[in-house]
Amino acid sequence: MAIEADGKSFETDEEGYLVNLNDWIPGIAAVMAKEDDLELTDEHWEIINFLREYYEEYQIAPAVRVLTKAVGKRMGKDKGNSKYLYSLFPYGPGKQACRFAGLPKPTGCI
Amino acid sequence: MAKAKFETPELQEYVEVPEVQEGTMAHLSPFVAKPDHNTDLNFPGELVDDWHEKALAKLDDLRGRYRSLQVYLDSCVKCGACTDKCHYFLGTKDPKNMPVGRQDLLRKVYRRYFTLPGKLFPKLVGAEDLTRETLDEWYSYYHQCSQCRRCSVFCPYGIDTAEISMAAREILDSVGYGQKYCNEIIAKLNKIGNNLGLPGPALLDTLEGLEEDVFDETGVEVKFPLDVKGADILLVTPSADFFAEPHVDGLIGYGKVLHEAGISWTLSSYASEAANFGMFIGSYENMRRVSLRIRKAALDLGVKRIVFGECGHAWRVAYAFLNTLAGPFDFLDPDYPVPQHIMEFTWDQIQKGNLNIDKSVNDDMTLTFHDSCNIARATRMGDKPGGQMEIPRNVIKAVCNNFADMHFDTIGEKSFCCGGGGGLLTDDLMEIRVKGALPRMTALKNVIEEEGVTHLAAICAICKSQFSKMLPYYGMEMDQIVSVHQLVSNAIVMTGQKTEEDEED
Repeated sequence: MAIEADGKSFETDEEGYLVNLNDWIPGIAAVMAKEDDLELTDEHWEIINFLREYYEEYQIAPAVRVLTKAVGKRMGKDKGNSKYLYSLFPYGPGKQACRFAGLPKPTGCI
Repeated sequence: MAKAKFETPELQEYVEVPEVQEGTMAHLSPFVAKPDHNTDLNFPGELVDDWHEKALAKLDDLRGRYRSLQVYLDSCVKCGACTDKCHYFLGTKDPKNMPVGRQDLLRKVYRRYFTLPGKLFPKLVGAEDLTRETLDEWYSYYHQCSQCRRCSVFCPYGIDTAEISMAAREILDSVGYGQKYCNEIIAKLNKIGNNLGLPGPALLDTLEGLEEDVFDETGVEVKFPLDVKGADILLVTPSADFFAEPHVDGLIGYGKVLHEAGISWTLSSYASEAANFGMFIGSYENMRRVSLRIRKAALDLGVKRIVFGECGHAWRVAYAFLNTLAGPFDFLDPDYPVPQHIMEFTWDQIQKGNLNIDKSVNDDMTLTFHDSCNIARATRMGDKPGGQMEIPRNVIKAVCNNFADMHFDTIGEKSFCCGGGGGLLTDDLMEIRVKGALPRMTALKNVIEEEGVTHLAAICAICKSQFSKMLPYYGMEMDQIVSVHQLVSNAIVMTGQKTEEDEED
C-alpha cells in the first residue's frame, strides 16, 4: 500500500501506517486526516508534533498519561485529558494520531 | 483507514439463540504475520511449500504431546450442548462459530488421516481431506475464538475448544501461517521486554510521571520503583497498565496499596509484561521463553515474592503453568503464594485493617463486575473454591457502597467473554469483536436498567481495552469501564494524605 502526498508516494502497511518513519512529511498527516474526514487544526498539529518529539527521544509513543499531561502543560489544564484528545482524534489519540504522525502502531492489550 | 463495514447488533432484552446462517463470517481473517516476526518465534517465515505434510505431522505431534487434545478430538458425540454457548455464534449466527463447528474444522482432518474409519469411509464419518481451503478456514475461524472456555463448562465430556483452537494455531504457525497481532507482539516482548515495546527509559519516564501525579493529588510520595535490587516484591503487570486508560488508574491503585502496606516492591524493565501471548498461539516453547524472563528478573533483583497485576490470561499462565514453565521457585519466600495475585494481596491488607478506606468517595458510581474468562474458568484466588470470583467482589464491596451483579448465567464460571480475548484484540478483527460483545453488553445493559449500575469493573487489560472500544458501539460511554484497583485507589486514604481542608488553606 502507499499514500500520495506533495506529489510523492510513500509506502504504508496494511493498516495504513507509514513504513519508514524518516519518510514523514507534514503533507502525509494532512492526506491521512482527509481520508478520515478530519481537517487538521493547530491543536491537532500540537499533538502530532509532540508525538514525534517524544518518539524521537524514547522510540515509543507516549503513554496516555504522559500525553495528557504534556497537552495540559502546553495547551491549558482543561485540555489535559483523554476526552479532549478523543474530540480531536475520534479513533483514539494512540492509534489515529500516531498514524498521522508517521509513528508505528502501538501494539499490545490496548 | 476506512471504517469497518458491518452492523452492530441491536441490544434486546435477552440474547436470542439465532437461526443458523452459513458463512456469515467466512470473509474475516486477521492480518498474516511478517516473516521476521515468525522467524523470531522459531516458525518458518512464510507458508512452506510442503505445508500439507508439515501440518499433518504437527497435528500428529500435538496429539501425542497433549493427551487432552487426542481425547477432545475423539470424544465429541454431537449432543449440541455447546451450540448456543459461544458469544461469537450468538453474535454472528455462523455455525462454524458454534464450538462444535469450530472443533470439527480440525476434527474432520484428524479423522481422515489418523482414524481407520476416516481412512476407509471418510464420507460416513465426517472425515475430509486437508486442502488449502481447509487451511484458510482454520486461519479464519480459529482466529474467531477467544479461547474463553465458556463452552467447555457446558460440554458433558469437558471438551475444551480453547485447547483445540490453540493446537490449530500452533499447526498454522508451524507451517509459516501465523497471525500478525500475536506474533508481532511476542517478538516485541522478546526484544524489549513487553507487548507494547516500551523501552526502559520510556518506562522510567512514565513511572516518574505517575509519582508526580499521585504526589500532586495526595501530597504523599508514593513510589513506582523500577529495577530496584533487594525489594521484597516483584510486581509483574500487563504493559497496558503503563500506557492506557483505565489500566493506569489500576496501576496507581497497586502503588498506593503497596505503599500503605509498607512493603518494598519493584517493577522490572526486563520482565515488564504479565501477558503471555505464547498461550494464545498454543506454543509451549514461546510461552516458556516469555515466562523465563520473569524468573530471571526475580533472580536478578533478588526478590522474595512475585505478585501479578490485573491481567486475565497472565493469571492463568502464572497460577497454572508458571512453576512448570519456569520453576522451581524455591528461592522465593514459601510463606506466600508463588505467585500471588494483587487482588489477594489487597484483600489481605483490607482484612488486616492496614488500609484506611473512605467508601463514600465512590458513591457517584454503582458497580458491576465482569469475570474475566481465564481467571474465572482456569484459576483460583485465595484458599477456597470460587475465590477467584469472590475476592475481586469482596475488594470492590470493601471500597464501594453500591454494587450489583449481572444475571447469574453471565457471570462466574458462566461469564461471557468481553469479545476481545485470546489474541483477537486487534483492529482487523473489529467485526467479530463487536458482534461477540453482544451477550456481555446485553447483560450489562440489563443491570444498568434494573439496578442503576453506572460502571463495569474488570481485572484484565484486554477486557478493559475491549470494553472501552465496545461500549460506544452499544450506545454507552467508553469511560464506564474501570479497573478494580482504580476503585481502591479512589477510596484509599493514605497516611499523611492531604485533605480537602488542607487544600483550602
